[in-house]
Amino acid sequence: MKPWLIAFLTFAVAIGLVASDCKTAPKNHIVLWHAYRGAEEQALLELTARYEAQTGTTVEVLAVPFLAYASKLSSAIEREQGPDLFIDAHERLGSYRDDGLLARADDAFPKSDIPRYDTIASAVARDEDGTAWGVPFALKGVALIVNTNLVKDVPDSIEALVKQRYDRIYPLAYEAESAYVHAPWLHAFGGTMLGPDDSYGFVGEPARRSVAFARRLVSSGAVPAGADGALVKQLFESGKAAAIIGGPGVVSELPLSVPYRVVPLPPLHEASLRPEPFLTVELLFLAQRSATRPEVSAFARFLASDDSAKTRVRAQVVANSSTWRNTDAIAPHLRAFHEAALASRPMSTRVAMRATWEPVEQAIRAVLRAQSDDAAAIDAALAESARRFESAKPRATSASPARGLTALAATLFVIAIIAYRNTKPRFWSGLRASAGAYAYVMHAAIAVFLLVVLPLAAGAVTSFFSGSRNHMTYAGIGNYVDILTARGGPLLGYGSFYRTLLVTVGWTLINVACHVTIGLCLAVLLSRPLLRAKGIYRTLLIIPWAVPSYVTALAYKGMFHQQFGAVNALLRNFGAQPVSWFSQFSTAFAANVATNVWLGFPFMMVVMLGALTNVPKDVLEAADIDGATPWQRFRHVTFPLLLPQLAPAVVLGAVWTFNMFNVVFLVSGGEPDNQTDILVSEAYRWAFTRHAQYGYAAAYAVLIFGILWLTSRFSRRWQREGA
Amino acid sequence: MKQHVKALAVHTLLVGAVLYALYPVLWVLTVAFSRDGLGEGGFVLPWPRHMSCVNFAIATGAGTGKSALFIRQLVNSLTVSGATAILSVAIAAPAAYALARMQFVGKRAGLSGLMLTQMFPTVASAVPLYFILSQLHLLDRRAGLVVAYSASALPFAIFQLKAAFEAIPVELEEAAMVDGATRFVAFVSVVLPAARPALAITALFAFMSAWNEFVLAATLMSREEAFTLPVVLQRFVGEHSAAWGPFAAGSIVVSIPVMVIFYIAQKQLLSGLTAGSVKG
Repeated sequence: MKPWLIAFLTFAVAIGLVASDCKTAPKNHIVLWHAYRGAEEQALLELTARYEAQTGTTVEVLAVPFLAYASKLSSAIEREQGPDLFIDAHERLGSYRDDGLLARADDAFPKSDIPRYDTIASAVARDEDGTAWGVPFALKGVALIVNTNLVKDVPDSIEALVKQRYDRIYPLAYEAESAYVHAPWLHAFGGTMLGPDDSYGFVGEPARRSVAFARRLVSSGAVPAGADGALVKQLFESGKAAAIIGGPGVVSELPLSVPYRVVPLPPLHEASLRPEPFLTVELLFLAQRSATRPEVSAFARFLASDDSAKTRVRAQVVANSSTWRNTDAIAPHLRAFHEAALASRPMSTRVAMRATWEPVEQAIRAVLRAQSDDAAAIDAALAESARRFESAKPRATSASPARGLTALAATLFVIAIIAYRNTKPRFWSGLRASAGAYAYVMHAAIAVFLLVVLPLAAGAVTSFFSGSRNHMTYAGIGNYVDILTARGGPLLGYGSFYRTLLVTVGWTLINVACHVTIGLCLAVLLSRPLLRAKGIYRTLLIIPWAVPSYVTALAYKGMFHQQFGAVNALLRNFGAQPVSWFSQFSTAFAANVATNVWLGFPFMMVVMLGALTNVPKDVLEAADIDGATPWQRFRHVTFPLLLPQLAPAVVLGAVWTFNMFNVVFLVSGGEPDNQTDILVSEAYRWAFTRHAQYGYAAAYAVLIFGILWLTSRFSRRWQREGA
Repeated sequence: MKQHVKALAVHTLLVGAVLYALYPVLWVLTVAFSRDGLGEGGFVLPWPRHMSCVNFAIATGAGTGKSALFIRQLVNSLTVSGATAILSVAIAAPAAYALARMQFVGKRAGLSGLMLTQMFPTVASAVPLYFILSQLHLLDRRAGLVVAYSASALPFAIFQLKAAFEAIPVELEEAAMVDGATRFVAFVSVVLPAARPALAITALFAFMSAWNEFVLAATLMSREEAFTLPVVLQRFVGEHSAAWGPFAAGSIVVSIPVMVIFYIAQKQLLSGLTAGSVKG
């Protein structure tokens, strides 16, 4: 076969694949996206089927994973590929509207409908001018869930609740380090998370008193320290917590063996206001292209109608007030969650709201984990968190595009000159002689350029802009200057570029060393010719690679929990003191490394197994005959032959580890205080939690690229000099 | 006698490694097989308090009458990952061969360019990629996923295969070419068979990267029948709570085909093929 024939066939197969599954979009067809699961999804599908039967409209329902929801929505709607209608939390209304993704919902939610919904829900669906941007659908918030075997009468205050003493049972468990669940305490003491004009709200007396209160709960042993959602649920299920703070999602997954009751959060005696939890109102949003489609509004009205609410209320807290006035059989826990929702505070729709979580949680963690509880420590933690919020704010940087274009033109000119001067006289004849080789590399070049290089380059261009999505302004090298000057803070301060770089380098070196050592040892052991059960060993040893890393990374996080983790249980068995893994840099970093080494060694092992098969047996036999010991044989024969084949895997492994953000994200989450963050996880924070500063994140990406590129250049030079 | 002691030592080491590899998965298994959570924790050896397969029923849709859809999504995952493995090796092998054996203008630039693509974090490239694939009419099609996954697996595949081809003696091809074969025929009939372990590992790598990928699949596909398994799994993680039981059960289900494939493939692919072909 000729190369061109192969080329042709590959393209033909590709085109065939493209043509194979085409999609048609008939008229009178509505696409609805949601992130529901379980009973809520069932109710939605039931209503959709009913609507289709009634009206002849076809509805395509798609359940999108929550983690991909927002990004999928915005990319799809911008390309007119997305839904006509989607369900999402009200707090994202602001950014969706500003990005031009939404159509007005005045037809689906006319002013005359306002009394039909709970006031709190109607209010968040409209902006200051009274324009509706969504239809109230469901309410999500937290309440107190008590185990009725342990708590007969719900006490009239949080203080009374936690004063109850049981044998090895927590009177109350909640995610003490989560800002979302801490919010009720803050609100009770008169504070807010986000102040007026997007100022930082977690300051002053309310913040101080709220963290002091949380600290007393934890340090008195009434509330477990450092519990995440899964652990809180686990404690309640096993009867080790008498009461927890949680939402309807927790209740729907409780086993039948746990008798429970849901009540609104009781007040705090020492605070003057009610402990209002945060409320999320789920709204039906109309995508911008639905503006001219009355059938979409009609469908939205149907889904949100009082009649449909009778079906939905089996699974969720509907926003229709009449439903709750009826005395129909509604699950008592949903009624209680509705009652709690009415006493809650809707989250702010401001984009800046999302940027408050990180600094607030840092302050809470710092206080809860501090050795002493003097007021000065609390003040220092709060001041530090306010400083962080301020320093993460977008800077109003803008530069003149003219200068940027001049710089671009100059760069291109210089590149052209260098290219021209490097073009040897033989260049054109060389090009012609290369034609044969190009037939081999063409496909790869096209695919990589189109689908890898182009997206990366387009991303790199955003690093010269600031602002979010649709409001990008040209910022020149402002982002880079900001990062490289550590935003005016100390160059080696926490979260500064240089400090994070040091952590990243250490992270990469340790991980790669462990991957290679373990992988190589196992591969050598597994290559012994007379070894029995080789296949079983090999297959069992790739398990860490085979099981999706999301779940195993979280299993590791659980194993390192101070109180309930397996690692500390093991230490206790040996009589050692349990370690609080995530409260200091060294142990948190070690936990990350342990996870990543475990995840990554099978890949190296498999690569080396393959490389070992390329070591000619006769050479080894010859060495054997010459009387070489096994170690000498490995050191002087096998290893030198392996090295060139290992190089790509090791180099790429190092590069990937440098940019391996999900382990850091899932295991330590950057704790303590972002000290274990590496450069990429820092970049992700800028893109997703700190005011959605994509340009800033892109600048981080370009800098990471630059560092790796320089490293590879220098290491090649050193190699050449060494050789 | 000495042989036995040695073998025993090797087996002890390997069993230790297997325990190390399995231990965290034991936790995942326990969560998957538990009906009502783990208990309060704080112990070393996990075991379900109430053994139950209900999480597996939920994860595979058997509990909700959606098992046909789950099978379809499993088939999607298998076809997409399989096609990715084949396509990426098919594209990478000739390119790697040219890079290993031929001289051409732009070779060095191409090689370093390839390495550079791996150095760039993908934090800002998802939106442009979506745009390009939509321009190519590849959205919401399994083919789009295959193309995107293959392209991203190419750099590693090319480097890996280039190194493997370089380890094969040039004399093998030269002998074939002396016998009248063209270069391409020599490549297909001599070099490729000699590099089978490397081809298998490259294919496995591409397969695995497609098998576990979730963000791109969730973003590009907009019909449930077109979803791959990681997307289905990720649905158990919500904003406020996650259904860990079904998630863990689903993760176990997802990892089984990989291990089966690896077990079947490894025997012939990792057992010293080159020895024969070099001598032959």
